[in-house]
Amino acid sequence: MAEIAFLLNGTPVHLSEAPPTRTLLDWLREERGLTGTKEGCNEGDCGACTVMVTDAEGPKALNACILFLPQLHGKAVRTVEGLTGPDGTLHPVQQAMVDHHGSQCGFCTPGFVVSMAAAHAEGRTDHDDVLAGNLCRCTGYAPIIRAAEAAASEPVPDWMQADRQALSTFTLAQISRGEPQAGGSAPRAFRPNSSDELADWYAAHPEATLIAGATDVGLWVTKQLRDLAPVAFLNGVTDLQHIEQRGETVGVGACVTIEALRAAMVEMHPSFAELLRRYASLQVRNAATIGGNIANGSPIGDSPPALIALGATLHLRRGDETRAIPLEDFFLDYRKQDRRPGEFVAAVTFPDKAPALRCYKLSKRFDQDISAVCGCFNVMVEAGIVTAARIAFGGMAGIPKRAKVVEAALIGQQWTEATVTAALPAFAEDFAPLTDMRASSAYRMATARNMLVRYFHDLAGTPVQVLEVQP
Amino acid sequence: MSVNKPIPHDTAALQVTGEARYVDDIPTPRGTLHLAFGLSTVAHGEIAGMDLSAVRATPGVMMVLTAADFDAVPDCSPAAGDEPLLSTGTVHFVGQPIFLVIAESHLAARKAARLGRIDYRELPAILTVEEALAANSRFEAGPIVWTKGDPAAAIRGAAQIVEGSFRMGGQEHFYLEGQAALALPQEGGEMTVHSSTQHPTEIQHKVAHALHLPMSAVKVEVRRMGGGFGGKESQGNWLAIACAVAAARTGRPCKMRYDRDDDMVITGKRHDFRMDYRVGVDAEGRILGAEFVQLCRAGWSQDLSLAIADRAMLHAENAYFIPHVRIESHRLKTNTTSATAYRGFGGPQGVVTIERVIDEIAFRLGRDPVEVRRANYYADCAAALPGAPPASPPTGKVAQTTPYGQEIEDFILHAMTAELEKTSGYKARRAAIAEWNAASPLLKRGIALTPVKFGISFTLTHLNQAGALVHVYQDGSIRMNHGGTEMGQGLFRKVAQVAAAAFGVDVGLVKITATDTSKVPNTSATAASSGSDLNGMAVKVACDTIRQRMADFLAERHQVTPEEVFFEEGRVFVGGADYSFEQVAKLCYEGRVSLSATGFYKTPKITWDRVRGTGRPFYYFAYGAAVTEVVIDTLTGENRILRTDILHDAGTSLNPALDRGQIEGGYVQGAGWLTTEELVWDAKGRLMTHAPSTYKIPACSDRPRVFNVDLWPGRNVEETIYRSKAVGEPPFMLGVSAFLALSDAVAACGDGTIYPALDAPATAERVLAAVQRVRGDV
Repeated sequence: MAEIAFLLNGTPVHLSEAPPTRTLLDWLREERGLTGTKEGCNEGDCGACTVMVTDAEGPKALNACILFLPQLHGKAVRTVEGLTGPDGTLHPVQQAMVDHHGSQCGFCTPGFVVSMAAAHAEGRTDHDDVLAGNLCRCTGYAPIIRAAEAAASEPVPDWMQADRQALSTFTLAQISRGEPQAGGSAPRAFRPNSSDELADWYAAHPEATLIAGATDVGLWVTKQLRDLAPVAFLNGVTDLQHIEQRGETVGVGACVTIEALRAAMVEMHPSFAELLRRYASLQVRNAATIGGNIANGSPIGDSPPALIALGATLHLRRGDETRAIPLEDFFLDYRKQDRRPGEFVAAVTFPDKAPALRCYKLSKRFDQDISAVCGCFNVMVEAGIVTAARIAFGGMAGIPKRAKVVEAALIGQQWTEATVTAALPAFAEDFAPLTDMRASSAYRMATARNMLVRYFHDLAGTPVQVLEVQP
Repeated sequence: MSVNKPIPHDTAALQVTGEARYVDDIPTPRGTLHLAFGLSTVAHGEIAGMDLSAVRATPGVMMVLTAADFDAVPDCSPAAGDEPLLSTGTVHFVGQPIFLVIAESHLAARKAARLGRIDYRELPAILTVEEALAANSRFEAGPIVWTKGDPAAAIRGAAQIVEGSFRMGGQEHFYLEGQAALALPQEGGEMTVHSSTQHPTEIQHKVAHALHLPMSAVKVEVRRMGGGFGGKESQGNWLAIACAVAAARTGRPCKMRYDRDDDMVITGKRHDFRMDYRVGVDAEGRILGAEFVQLCRAGWSQDLSLAIADRAMLHAENAYFIPHVRIESHRLKTNTTSATAYRGFGGPQGVVTIERVIDEIAFRLGRDPVEVRRANYYADCAAALPGAPPASPPTGKVAQTTPYGQEIEDFILHAMTAELEKTSGYKARRAAIAEWNAASPLLKRGIALTPVKFGISFTLTHLNQAGALVHVYQDGSIRMNHGGTEMGQGLFRKVAQVAAAAFGVDVGLVKITATDTSKVPNTSATAASSGSDLNGMAVKVACDTIRQRMADFLAERHQVTPEEVFFEEGRVFVGGADYSFEQVAKLCYEGRVSLSATGFYKTPKITWDRVRGTGRPFYYFAYGAAVTEVVIDTLTGENRILRTDILHDAGTSLNPALDRGQIEGGYVQGAGWLTTEELVWDAKGRLMTHAPSTYKIPACSDRPRVFNVDLWPGRNVEETIYRSKAVGEPPFMLGVSAFLALSDAVAACGDGTIYPALDAPATAERVLAAVQRVRGDV
């Protein structure tokens, strides 16, 4: 791979020899002696390694433990050591954490401080969401929230603007663009700058691993200790990073992050946006992409059940060849998808209107958890009669799957509680869920059915969500 | 005075900038080697063969050790001698270390450790308490039984009998900093060890034993831990011993840290229990007699399990006077990781059981659980109440002794409960919740008030001692050292406040230093909430010794008595003269006065016969109470905490801000134990929840939406350091109120005839099952 370059706490760094799957965390701690960034879990679940990465869109909190160095190309990294002012003045969130006793053992503290600083720079005050990916075992979080609230009224320090300013000149003048290295006998890492480059290279190297956000692939390295070469890093494929609306259809490029998608869904499909709000953590959503989430083929996935309920179409590409299939047809069997060697997910499209869409996620913990059951419902009712239904579940089978027998039991019937009750036995024909550490088979089945009951009451306006109950 | 002030944690500023160093952050000398264990993949078996050729062939691997490489395999256990560093032929749980990889990098060691090929002759594995009981697989010859009075007769004669069985899960500590150690070989075969441990002296002792060195040749240093919670009381032995052994063999520094998954698989957790109970009550819900059978899953080795099971027995009655009681405790040996110390040390398991029993009594009688609690409380002790008001109304009880015969002399929960009921609006909210529930078909609220009374002192009496070393330098600066360790609780800050108060100086003048076995010897673990009680006193003794010498010197100089020398506000006043503390230090130095002293403290009054179960194991008790309100979803069992109100007794708090931190953090951790934190093992004894992706500690949004915490304005009746009380563990048990609030919400789904009988942790799945149970849907 060609040289990569980024800013580290304001100073340009050029790397030409780094192994492509070296994590930023290991590099910071082992090569740079920047030990403020901590390893808590090495899988992106605890946030102790949170760093702030700024690009043209602004600053984002990311987990350094599952962030590979090539992903940083052209960006600015700020670690906890880089948050204090040039004269040693503490950043307002740092000072507030001291004043409000937000740090006890201190091991999670750098990660919290960085998450808080990134949110502070953007003026975000949704502290629970911003900090959902930072675990603290000591404080019970209350003093951390007090600190975040106190710091919110403080201005963003001057020195925190530096990365954005430096980046605008740095990217143009100092970054050597990673030239494509198509061909070659043993390509280990490639960084395409467009989907065309990606398509050509991947068709020629179908054994390669594509890395977008690395929120799952990162664990293949940090936990499974796998050697992934050859790899392609997709962060330069900017033409797949757009969300576009054409008529009544929305197109989402495969490299759109989950957080960007969430933001775009708030008005359009609020229930889908709420599901995505509970998708992992902000650090993960800032890295993870919709294409990765789909192509990964997780039996849960969280976005596939919602997209299937929306009637989404998946767009695949191999070389110059493209095809479009209903998303539900992509998932063939457990971890097996309808994706040919060298073919990649390019985009997903879905309707811009679905007022009856409701997405329900059931997990042991509300935030930063994987669904035990994810049920998404989109039932059309005209004149009291069900005219169409798309119901899809994650966690109920080896793949995200439509509940076609249940749908059939509803279609043509009056939309009443009696119809819903009558349809419940149909779940046993659609699903035979597994028992695992997240939930038992019986619980999955019972709650999947109950989600249909909830859906009925939800549409009728009855309060159905504990998250909406105020003290 | 520097005590009683809400001063921030001593290294808060270093923590928020990333400057604070943990073991893995210490810059290592060139040539440092890295270690990883190869682990057993079966729960019980004989090792039939071992092929480590691929391990040795991994690039970067220096050396691979197995039990065969030792004349005597070093022991890692805290006492029993039953934990060989590397398996000597039999494996007893999934995750037991079999071989040790010593490599050039952490990653190389981890990669190599997975390449061992071990053939096992598998043996039947005992995984559950029921299997262990059936096989009589246990520690000690039989159950420990303590009896007071004639419980069988009392239950027989009772108006109502409540009986059942209650299961609660264990708990992963999930300290954010995983276990870590670094051994640095010194000249002459001596060893220095940096360890993330709550018990430096034990690390020193075990390393010395492993290296066949006297303890004087091993130095252990601990600046801080990234959380401990009991998980670093004994579990760090393995890494420290491995590093020391490898360092001695290679002559190079050796470091080891567990990857999170390894940490969760290898190290011990809170003990899970099955509690069987049979209780006879009168018409008011007063307990006349009770029988408890405690089945404790201890895992494969003894570790600290006997003392933990003891403490579960010692808290079987929590805050309630039980005239006739029998407690039977089984310490069961299973092929699972060796359960270990965890905040509360068995106490929470005892407390949550009796609290659920009280809850069930109230349910059966159709009474408010708070009234039943009050009816069973010990009587308040007038002398312990703030301002010593007149004695509270007589409760009709004569005797005021625990099941183990200790007189209760500081009980205050009647007064605390009344105050909390008032400030939390408990009664009005209870009524409002009933009304809300009647109008809400799918969502139900619940509320519960639960108390805690927690015994303070190590039950192993000799551990209740502490030492300190204090130096005053000629420039007036003070350097303080003691045997306690800092794991986030703020111990160092509190003890520095004590030292500053003794000299009448600003707390900033007191330099806080790493715990170091070469400075203060023979320390106890920083555990049992005892840190500031013991070390605060020891430091005060040392400071008082130096201050006395200073006063004597100045008194002679000014021809006054030493009592006429005053240390205040950084000044020293004597016979009309006014010195800075710095001047006094210099004068004393020039006057050849020793400005260094040790301090020593041992807890008075305590005696304990653990076999008979009688005596005074605790110097005093710490109290608290909490009201929690929750809401549940009756379709899925999903739930959340809406509001929590806590009133907690920290005596005369040494530092109200740090104590509040312990209370808030303890509550959330306790609520986590009883709600989302579920450890799942499969049928082969493999832990399935070995990472934060599957083991769910509370996240930010899980804290109570409204969270009110107040400190009780009382003082310790015993002469503790500035009349404060220990605060590390007691608030953990306030999380029980969240559990019983869930039970209350579930009960609201039924017609009042079927008790929810929730087991813990009350995951959404268990809550839904209980909803179905009370509705008769099962």
